Amino acid sequence: MATAGSEQNKAPGSTGGAAGMNVRDQIKQPLWLLAELTYSCPLQCPYCSNPMDFAKVKNELTTEEWISVFKQAREMGATQLGFSGGEPMTRPDLVELIREARKLGFYTNLITSGVGLDSAKVAEFKEAGLDHIQVSFQASSEDLNNLIAGTDAFKHKIEMAKAVKANGYPMVLCFVTHRQNIDQIDEILDLCVELEADYVELATTQYYGWAMHNRDQLMPMKEQLVRAEAIAHQYQKDLQGKMKVYYVVPDYYEERPKACMNGWGNIFLTVTPDGTALPCHAARDLPGMTLPNVKDMSVDEIWNGSDDFNKFRGFDWMTEPCRSCDEKEKDFGGCRCQAFMLTGDATNADPVCSKSPHHHLIEEAVAAGIAEAAKPVTEQKPLVFRNPKNSKKISGI
Amino acid sequence: MSETIFNADSVPVLAQGYRFQWEPAQDCFVLLYPEGMVKLNPAAGEILKRVNEKQQTVAELIVELKEAFNGAELDDDVYRFLEEAHGNSWIRTE
Repeated sequence: MATAGSEQNKAPGSTGGAAGMNVRDQIKQPLWLLAELTYSCPLQCPYCSNPMDFAKVKNELTTEEWISVFKQAREMGATQLGFSGGEPMTRPDLVELIREARKLGFYTNLITSGVGLDSAKVAEFKEAGLDHIQVSFQASSEDLNNLIAGTDAFKHKIEMAKAVKANGYPMVLCFVTHRQNIDQIDEILDLCVELEADYVELATTQYYGWAMHNRDQLMPMKEQLVRAEAIAHQYQKDLQGKMKVYYVVPDYYEERPKACMNGWGNIFLTVTPDGTALPCHAARDLPGMTLPNVKDMSVDEIWNGSDDFNKFRGFDWMTEPCRSCDEKEKDFGGCRCQAFMLTGDATNADPVCSKSPHHHLIEEAVAAGIAEAAKPVTEQKPLVFRNPKNSKKISGI
Repeated sequence: MSETIFNADSVPVLAQGYRFQWEPAQDCFVLLYPEGMVKLNPAAGEILKRVNEKQQTVAELIVELKEAFNGAELDDDVYRFLEEAHGNSWIRTE
């Protein structure tokens, strides 16, 4: 989901002509509202982007509070609403939230593992006006999927993917790839073909939250990526017009950073289970954040007036080499959270950039992953699964 | 891509998962789809508005547009746009 907002600008067919598309300049307002309804989740994926200390979040927003957030964001111009988590299916009021959001005119996206979903619920959501369901898979084979998810969910996911399609939704499947499953990419894509998926997102793990903690065990090898990319491109070609395959290149193997969130406070607004509003879902851990909450302030005040959302808007906050870089309007210096996690200063260039004096940290992280993979299996660090017990243990709650 | 999809008798409809609506904040018609949005220019908006409202043939669509726009010669533009929209998977033929 870290790149979810990016589609917003990538309007296809922006050609001229009398009746062609003229995509207008981006207006600065929230377009994307990611509603992290809950941190509850029946899965335990070790690459989860939720914060490590999620177990301390107790007070989830009420139904009324969420609806108020939806109304405010919609009035400001947000069109996309993502129901996320945790597993949003664990919220008993989900259908009501969907209905209200749809009534407000949102395009409503449910981002789910499929666990907790059944055919009756899929139909109920359809009736409530849900526009899109994205089912995430951990792998293409039952054993590996269940191992990574930390639960026995694979068969059910397959059934749910079919139910989604049967109810007239476009079938959107998301696979998060990493060292342990990326070699299955052809099987993953075959599974998607078999399920008649319309869109497939192959997203390489991004190292935030739990994924950062497990980075050495998740980092793919260069050869794995080269192979995976070639296969993904072949399927893209072969399935043109039938199935759209999005392949998200892992930034640790890039020379330039991603345009994270399409720029800080530019189009993307995350509201976490307890009502904290963030410019991206990993921003909670940055130092000096005031963490405005929708219970205390209006969404408008938060978006336009809060220190947090203004912190990295524009270019004045930048240090070198970003400040004088001719590519800064393209990638906004990359990801603030990654810059902070790796260099200790959120105003630094994202070290993914080869112009960054800290780029060696990325290279070292890749090397550490490769070294870990070279060890005998018995000596490799175990994956730490995302669950309340580990959250409490690691965060000292 | 050189193949033409639409003729006077084709019935264009929005593709599955796409929603067409007016966005006051953008001051334009938009197409919404999973996790994305396309802002439409006024001409594209007028065409897709009619595609979205009711199922009709391209010929009927053109008659309606001509009535709305003082008999302007817009056949070629409509066909060109429909092909482009189809190429982007926004619409299909019924």
